Amino acid sequence: MVTLDDLKTPKTNTWCPGCGNFGILMAFKKALIELGLQREDVVLVSGIGCHGKMVNYVNINGFHGIHGRVIPAAQGIKLANPDLTVVGFAGDADQYNEGWGHFAHAMRTNMDMTLIVHDNMVLGLTTGQATSTSQQGFKSKSTPYGVIPPMLNPVAHALISNGSFVARGFSGDMFHLKSLMVEAIRHRGFAVIDVFQPCVSFNYLNTYDWFTQRVYKLEEQGHDPTDKQQALQKALEWGDRIPIGIFYKEERPTYHDSLPHVKGLDLPKLSSKPVDVTASMKEMM
Amino acid sequence: MITNKLSLLVGGEAGAGISRSGQLFAKACLRGGLNVFGTIDYQSLIRGGHNFYTVRAETQQVYCQDDTVDLIIALNKETILLHKDELAKGGAIIYDADQIKITKQELSRDDINLIHVPLRKIAKDLAGPQIMENTVALGAAIALLDYDPQIMNQVLKDAFKPKIAQQNIDATKQGYDYAKQNYKDMFGYKLQKTKTDGKQRIFVAGNEAVALAAISAGCKLYAAYPMTPSTSILHFLASVDREYNMVVLQTETEIAAMNMVAGASYAGVRSMTATSGGGFCLMSEGIGMVGMTETSPVVVLVQRPGPSTGLPTYTAQGDLRFAIHASQGEFPRLVIAPGDVEEAYYLTLDAFNLAEKYQIPAIIISDKYLGESNQTTQIYDQTKTKIDRGQIITDTYAGTEEYMRHKITENGISPRAFPGTKNALVRTNADEHNELGYTTEDPILSTKMADKRFKKLEALTKELQNHATVKLHGPKTAKTTIIGWGSTKGPILEAMKILNKNEDKVNYLQVIYLTPFPTDRIKTILQSAKETVVVENNQTSQLSSLIREHLLVDVDHRILQYDGRPFNPQSLAQRILEVL
Repeated sequence: MVTLDDLKTPKTNTWCPGCGNFGILMAFKKALIELGLQREDVVLVSGIGCHGKMVNYVNINGFHGIHGRVIPAAQGIKLANPDLTVVGFAGDADQYNEGWGHFAHAMRTNMDMTLIVHDNMVLGLTTGQATSTSQQGFKSKSTPYGVIPPMLNPVAHALISNGSFVARGFSGDMFHLKSLMVEAIRHRGFAVIDVFQPCVSFNYLNTYDWFTQRVYKLEEQGHDPTDKQQALQKALEWGDRIPIGIFYKEERPTYHDSLPHVKGLDLPKLSSKPVDVTASMKEMM
Repeated sequence: MITNKLSLLVGGEAGAGISRSGQLFAKACLRGGLNVFGTIDYQSLIRGGHNFYTVRAETQQVYCQDDTVDLIIALNKETILLHKDELAKGGAIIYDADQIKITKQELSRDDINLIHVPLRKIAKDLAGPQIMENTVALGAAIALLDYDPQIMNQVLKDAFKPKIAQQNIDATKQGYDYAKQNYKDMFGYKLQKTKTDGKQRIFVAGNEAVALAAISAGCKLYAAYPMTPSTSILHFLASVDREYNMVVLQTETEIAAMNMVAGASYAGVRSMTATSGGGFCLMSEGIGMVGMTETSPVVVLVQRPGPSTGLPTYTAQGDLRFAIHASQGEFPRLVIAPGDVEEAYYLTLDAFNLAEKYQIPAIIISDKYLGESNQTTQIYDQTKTKIDRGQIITDTYAGTEEYMRHKITENGISPRAFPGTKNALVRTNADEHNELGYTTEDPILSTKMADKRFKKLEALTKELQNHATVKLHGPKTAKTTIIGWGSTKGPILEAMKILNKNEDKVNYLQVIYLTPFPTDRIKTILQSAKETVVVENNQTSQLSSLIREHLLVDVDHRILQYDGRPFNPQSLAQRILEVL
């Protein structure tokens, strides 16, 4: 059984004291323990930004890739070895700015993996610029007069892109977030959790208090996560009350279900065996 | 009468089956024991425009198209107007005079034959689609050439489903009979079945050769986004992935493809992607990540003219420097340039092995001309496929210390474990990292890790002493050395043959590995050259600049062409003569 101690790494944590990322880190570790997964069987993929340091703080397999590209790198890992549990961690700028193009396609493709987006509505590691989830009017170093366009709605986008598991969490409610992660990782298909995560250094607007006053749990309000219309309605809710929890989930074939020819094959081992292509060459005679 | 020495050109609008009929004719030649080269010239459109496919068939080995053609199948008037001046004296044009009206002035040649065949009428009478005109014309061509029609019938049977095959066989027969009745023994060229050495041969394009090699080499993931002229690799692999237990997928972007093959490589699977210049731009950041994470996907760069979108369906060698330098920072890599369909296959096998053994990105640089031209070659020897993945820890890690993915070793190469291996946690990082894969910003450790990565280059360079990193073709003692890389191989070999007809004037140094650059070998060879001529399909002679960079010598002459078209052998020989 994996313990919190097993998951500890020798790296000193460099997130700011009080950073929302701590809640995500702890929720993930606890989720792994609850799921009873072996460290060797889980791969953590991260992008660039404060969230990217997750690789340094969880002692499991890790692939710290480049900005915005968590999804395709994670998909490559999953395609190579579907027995692995693949969990991607991205930031809001990482996923919703730089990596936006992959986001919708990952919903359609429905590979069996999880994406957790650390959404602090600001660029932290580059010392405070706006992202696509910064609120309209949000003043930052790059937007001294306030953000001009309205914010993106990743949850609604995930829904209309055919996401098979769409959720939102809040790092200030670690146990709730942990249970979302457990369900997301258990979900057969692509699961996304957008996680509110206050940036204590650069987001003066969307603070712990700001979120705590607003968030409420969908499951406590009788939300039916199999009703897509209702899910979309809830996704559009923003203001004094903001829902967290599972908006929508459905069972539908994963990408691998349409690849019967590689089912059960150990592809990494097969890569060591030469393949005879005479049959294809015969057609060129 | 000229026997078994023919260049045929099929021309018409896009969508008229130009490429297909050229390839069918080429296959019929292959099966008659001839050596064949086939190349397509097409524009970036779906219908209309002007496409032409050139087939050159001879008893001896042919390396490229010729400057002239002997027989033209013209499915539109444009074909006649554009290509009549390439026609050799005594050559012929097969066309449908009911459809194409051409005046004497327009033709402006009286040393060629016009062969009218009612293509449309025959196709209509057979109740076939208009596209069948091209098979009627093929039948007429076979009659003019006095070639065995049974060979073509069999080719058609193998190419199409029975009903369509029979339709096409009937069409060729009508064309054949019409030409036999009306133009008997009037054409000075003949094709004859010829004896071969009995070895099985295939008619294969460069892109197909690379794809076949990837399958042979155990590549289990191919991810790509369509981009001319690399797309036929995707088409080919997608059509056979189920037979070979491969995952082949079209990603949303080249960026996704690149990151996906890197992820797959990390997880232990041999992987490949291919693209052209624009897509390679998008992949550049990922290539650097491969260098940093010491993963090993193979990237195929099939060049076309730039800058930017350039000439999308034509050929160029303008991306050499780009392939060598793409991505920020410094890291070892391989850049390998096959010159023909044989090298495209065997060098791709090598690329997979070297990439994995040294945990570096391998870039195969080819171009439209190599990628989309077909050539006859002996079937690829399946007994030669050796897979060498370097040191891999499988199933369970038994080391006493914690597994370190980026362990510093004597030669810089860290034994690889893949995620899922018991007792090993596999961590890698696009940030500078320590041996365990954790991020570091320590100056001493950063230097150590950078040195570790470059240490691999020494081992690689040593191994490459056993590889043909360059090839010297032709007479060793020739006064002049022509230097080239990649697909110019065919035209240069043919030009060399022309130039050396009476005396040993030139030889040809083909540079195959562009990174690491085979400096010593080139130096040795150039020591005995009195004069050097670099031949390239680019504007700034990038190979010359590499030679200057590595050898501190200038080449004497540069022959450059950057109009999107490959060199033709006779005019290339002429240009070489002019500079000597």
